[in-house]
Amino acid sequence: MNLTQLNMLSDAQLAARVAQDIPDGSYVNLGIGKPTHVSAYVPEGREVIYHSENGILGVGPTPPPGQEDLELIDASKRYITLAPGAAFFEHTDSFAMMRGGHIDIAVLGAYQVAENGDLANWATLDETYPPAVGGAMDLVVGVPTIFVMMKHVNRDGTPKLLERCTYPLTGLGVVSRVYTDLAVLDVVPQGFRLVELTPGNGFEAVQAATGAKILT
Amino acid sequence: MDKTVTDLAKAVAPITDGASVMIGGFGSSGIPFGLIDALVEQGATGLTVISNNAGAGETGIARLLRAGRVAKVICSYPRTPGSIWFERRYEAGEVALEVVPQGTLAERIRAAGAGLGGFLTPTAYGTKLAEGKETRIIDGRGYVFEAPLCADFALVRADHGDKWGNLSFHATARNFNPVMAMAARHSIAEVRQLSEGALEPEHVVTPGIFVQSVVEYRIRP
Repeated sequence: MNLTQLNMLSDAQLAARVAQDIPDGSYVNLGIGKPTHVSAYVPEGREVIYHSENGILGVGPTPPPGQEDLELIDASKRYITLAPGAAFFEHTDSFAMMRGGHIDIAVLGAYQVAENGDLANWATLDETYPPAVGGAMDLVVGVPTIFVMMKHVNRDGTPKLLERCTYPLTGLGVVSRVYTDLAVLDVVPQGFRLVELTPGNGFEAVQAATGAKILT
Repeated sequence: MDKTVTDLAKAVAPITDGASVMIGGFGSSGIPFGLIDALVEQGATGLTVISNNAGAGETGIARLLRAGRVAKVICSYPRTPGSIWFERRYEAGEVALEVVPQGTLAERIRAAGAGLGGFLTPTAYGTKLAEGKETRIIDGRGYVFEAPLCADFALVRADHGDKWGNLSFHATARNFNPVMAMAARHSIAEVRQLSEGALEPEHVVTPGIFVQSVVEYRIRP
């Protein structure tokens, strides 16, 4: 696969694209890493309440330097502020919100996604590396809409979207939609269905970068 | 009733070699750093540590790992930026690791504190973390049986406390602290400020019945 032929979205462009699909009034959990940037791009006029697994509803923006509260952090361990209407709670309540279907949307990163909606985002095949699962498995079983935000291919050009995952699974058949730097794809019972190609990419090139058939 | 203890060393004195110890905190928030330092000085070893993370940098659980006091870690997320002491001990085969999904970890602890024999959760069904566990299908959905998780001791961090053991918390320093206080046979609370009188009952998050001793440690990391 010659990656130079593809026009890949930057991380910021990808976050902005995901943000378009976060509706007004929704409760959203943003996974650690790239998904945390989505909140910066949600269009003006939409009120979205962000949940963080460590016990907050109503995560607000990063505080100005010098005004950090060392005991006010999000799941990525970044210092945060609170949005109006925020609440604190302990861990079992936080995970009841996640498993119990109270959160509307979760945005997560992934190593691999399969056409049957399986997600692999917590462990690789490297057994010497200590695994770390965090709250990912709880989120994917409880949140009805799982958006995955990821690179379309690995650095070596091999696909991350596959017929079946080869890495240990986080959840089975849980992914709703995948946003990559090349395309937006829905996971439907028949497999990956194209929603849109990112600007400047043709279908054949994106299909060639994908390890499963893309339905149109 | 007066559960206050005058210093950190006295508070951790009952912890013995081979004990299981729950330690509150998430990231750097809500960790009982004073009690952990006192435990390092006290010298108990062969500990099983139950916590969300496995320490970072040179403080907290990382200090216990560095000192070689930890035989096993039960946590959801051992690998964080700066978790070098965990990684070194793990790679050398000196510490055992049980990774538990975070919500399952919290709920197993709650089950122990609430006197339940475990619970069924869809979390991890069909994955590597459910291998060897009992499963059940309810209304067409797969669930995994998870057993309660108790401990000999819990070390928790609170913002305010009173002599009855009532605790209140600040911001995201709450996290696992209340549920761990429920689940251990002997829970020790480090509080930023020991109240002169009783905490306002409406502000109490952890009722004193779950706490065996309270010690003031004014430093907020």
